[in-house]
Amino acid sequence: MLPRPSASGVPDLIMFSAGLALFYGIVQVGRNWLGPFHPQIEISRSLAALPVYAGYSLLRIALAYVLSLFFAVTYGYIAAYRPRAERFMIPLLDVLQSIPVLSFLPGVMLAMAALFPGRQLGVELGAVLLIFTGQVWNMAFSFYASLKSVPREMREAATIYRFNWWQRFLQIELPFATIGLVWNSMMSVAGAWFFLMACEQFGDFRLPGLGSYLQAAADGGDTRSILLGIVTMVAVIVLIDQFVWRPVIAWAEKFKMEQVESASAPTSWVLDFLRRSRGVALFRKRAIRPLREQMVHYFSRGNVVRAESARENTTGLWLWRVAGLVALSAIGYSVVRVVMILTGLSGAEFHQIAVGLFATWLRVNVTLLLGALWTIPVGVAIGFHPRLARIAQPLAQIAASVPATAVFPVVLLVLIRLGGGLGFGSIVLLLLGTQWYILFNVIAGAMAIPTDLKEAASVFGIRGWERWRKLILPGIFPFLVTGMITASGGAWNVSIVAEYAHLKGQIYSTVGIGAMISGATDAKNFNLLLASTIALAAVVVTTNRLLWRRLYRLAETRFKLEG
Amino acid sequence: MTELVEPIIRAQAVEKFYVQPDGNRIEVIAPVDLNVEPGKIIALLGPSGCGKSTLLRILTGLSKPSSGEVLWHGKPLTSQNAGVAIVFQSFALFPWLTVLDNVEAPLEARGVAALERHKRALRILDTVGLDGFESAYPKELSGGMKQRVGFARALVVEPEVLFMDEPFSALDVLTAENLRNELLELWISKKMPTSAIFIVTHNIEEAVLLADRVIVLARNPAWVRADFPIELPHPRDRKSPRFIELVDYIYKIMTQPQLAAAVPDATAAVQKPVRQKYQMIPHARVGGIAGLLELLLDRGGKEYLHRLSEVLIMDAEDLLPIIEASVLLGFATLKEGDVQITEEGARFAEADILARKILFRQAALNHVVILQQIDSILHAKTDHSISEEFFYDILDEHFSADEVERQFDTAMNWGRYAEIFDFDRESHRLILAEPVGEPHPPTTSVQP
Repeated sequence: MLPRPSASGVPDLIMFSAGLALFYGIVQVGRNWLGPFHPQIEISRSLAALPVYAGYSLLRIALAYVLSLFFAVTYGYIAAYRPRAERFMIPLLDVLQSIPVLSFLPGVMLAMAALFPGRQLGVELGAVLLIFTGQVWNMAFSFYASLKSVPREMREAATIYRFNWWQRFLQIELPFATIGLVWNSMMSVAGAWFFLMACEQFGDFRLPGLGSYLQAAADGGDTRSILLGIVTMVAVIVLIDQFVWRPVIAWAEKFKMEQVESASAPTSWVLDFLRRSRGVALFRKRAIRPLREQMVHYFSRGNVVRAESARENTTGLWLWRVAGLVALSAIGYSVVRVVMILTGLSGAEFHQIAVGLFATWLRVNVTLLLGALWTIPVGVAIGFHPRLARIAQPLAQIAASVPATAVFPVVLLVLIRLGGGLGFGSIVLLLLGTQWYILFNVIAGAMAIPTDLKEAASVFGIRGWERWRKLILPGIFPFLVTGMITASGGAWNVSIVAEYAHLKGQIYSTVGIGAMISGATDAKNFNLLLASTIALAAVVVTTNRLLWRRLYRLAETRFKLEG
Repeated sequence: MTELVEPIIRAQAVEKFYVQPDGNRIEVIAPVDLNVEPGKIIALLGPSGCGKSTLLRILTGLSKPSSGEVLWHGKPLTSQNAGVAIVFQSFALFPWLTVLDNVEAPLEARGVAALERHKRALRILDTVGLDGFESAYPKELSGGMKQRVGFARALVVEPEVLFMDEPFSALDVLTAENLRNELLELWISKKMPTSAIFIVTHNIEEAVLLADRVIVLARNPAWVRADFPIELPHPRDRKSPRFIELVDYIYKIMTQPQLAAAVPDATAAVQKPVRQKYQMIPHARVGGIAGLLELLLDRGGKEYLHRLSEVLIMDAEDLLPIIEASVLLGFATLKEGDVQITEEGARFAEADILARKILFRQAALNHVVILQQIDSILHAKTDHSISEEFFYDILDEHFSADEVERQFDTAMNWGRYAEIFDFDRESHRLILAEPVGEPHPPTTSVQP
């Protein structure tokens, strides 16, 4: 049910002002980005600078997101409809998804700065590209999986009623994929904040933004600015939630493949507001509908002259072959170069990499263990007690919404004041970045244990440790594994920024592959940087295959609670 | 049949098979000739999984036959030149479009202008009784209403042949009956812009109620077992002797593969001898078989097929596999549409839980080829276990992928019940269930 357009002009006035503000913002950003590059950018700590910094951070996120969306749709579409491409595109996606993106941060930044010498644009694009790499894969996979799961009869209906390409895309594929895309977008953007903060704080390539503001505040030991920065961060995230995600989720409700209307649909006051706006209604009627009509006619004309497409297909095939050949030769060339660089490394450097890998591996797993140790009892308690959940869950969500990288400088400051090196400090940092994944999954798992199973356990007098062993742990197992997989990926990522830090003009570091990557960047030792990055990616992908993938399969088969 | 009228669709020796990697062919549809003539409702009947939906998809141009050809008014059929529409079992409506948008979508694809589109869609919605629901979304509608939208969407393109793929089987009994009658009314009063209807169904009564011509398919692979006209005037009376006679007749041909009985007072076209094939297990659970045998025993050991279907409120699709399984196991016999319990069957029905397992085990090892194979291999191997892959390989050579899955599931259900083997889900292996060293094959017979 659509709310009737209201008679008052208030919504329209607001929409118009928003448009003006947007235009002003674009002009300002353009001036900054096309301006000269500042290697050591001065970060102002004044309150007035905060909204501007928040705006810059937001803009980077938005740009990277739009880029990701287009890429994800294209990639998913090709993979779903070209079986030959699918065969390598999906395994590739799998590998790309499990590589820790932050390990590329130094390399990407150096490359982009070299590509646009003397311009701020290069570093800005570097940050956008990095965030893009962090968020695109799960979106692409979600779109691909949605396309693959369009019911057969729906596809057949489209064929028998001669839907053209455009109609299929707009009326079947896109709607069908919307819900998955929305949820994955939310996850991706949450992750994007994490990467963005790391980018903004990164050594010589610092960018004006919330991340660098917080870093500067911590550097100066300025508690007031630290608090203001964190409050702004939370405010921005809450606003995005209210003005973007909630309306989109409420709107996407109509794309649910349900047979019966669900009782409680998500609502959003912003969406209601937009639906009430006369301006929006007018825009739909005057601009969107005629445009749609034009598209329909354009594509249905193509429908009649279908016979010619056979010839196009052969040229298309050749294009694909040429593209494949180019890609293959590029890959081949890179592999040769990499091998040449790697063979140039000394034995001592290889030894160093091995030690670093082992230290970080240990650190990551200790973190996971510690994370699981506190989140399992707490998560189960929250999941089992709805009243506790009502208080604890929103709190945890807000705490989790603050990207760990944003508060790194602050935590680092505290850790160093307390004494004790980064060796243990980095574990705290890793924990900060990854524990939430486990906690939320454990809560979800505890909530998913059916009441009748809990009742059966209490009827048969199963309590204490026995209750944990027979009921709770098996019940949350699939969720725990999912949380641990995500957390493990996150922890490897965080290690890049957690093991090596600039603070108050000093460098703090500990033994680890993350420290090596960051250190190699600072020392401009590209060969070591490349070798460490590759080694890290290889270890992570291998662990995923050997350990997590197997646990996940076990969770899927033996411990799945089927309705 | 005399061919006075030119058929709209003419399928000539269409065949569907899948070629295995080893070059082996799995035949799904044996070469079939089939015409769709104007002015008729044609019903295609067959047991589940027999390939009738595949045949429908070939006739509409959705799917290409592996060999043979389909002609549309004498020209090769493509999905672009066919004047056809399909009403789907699952409705296949777009949940994010309103009723009106759903009906307009096919016109949009044909490039019909907005105003004209709107007018035509409204007119057809009016015809199927969906006045006032234009702006509703499908999920707000009941099943019957949804299928009306399905009809409207099909009719709005004015198809020359309207195809229906089990259009009423997702609906409850009363709604289905109501919708069937309305369809007939539209058809008889010529309010439909359609010159032929082709309906795929597994419901025998539905076929006899609607069709001017019934085609019965046999399975594995599909071939036309019978093709005969029904000349009863509409509306048809389910209680009339002729109606019951026809229903009984179809039951008979569907249950007896070898039967070549003539239609009473009509010419039957029965082709092809039954080929020698790998034994196919009917998809019935042990519980279903036991239930049927108990019921039979209760009713004096013998009952008419269609009477059984009435008592159990099951249609042929669900009932036939259970009966076929009982016959295969030697628990019952089928003659002329009568199901008769055997001595073994009666013993099984009366036995207690443990004795039943033993009786079932004997019957299974005596009659079911795949279980015999599993049993002998498990005894022959030193570790008394074997990967499930082995049996997939055997089945793959004879059945399509879906059928393999169903065959395996049923064999698992029977074999585990009979304690011939155990199945380890994690290693995907079958393991001998009994203590090692028992004589093979087991011949101990326990009287209940």
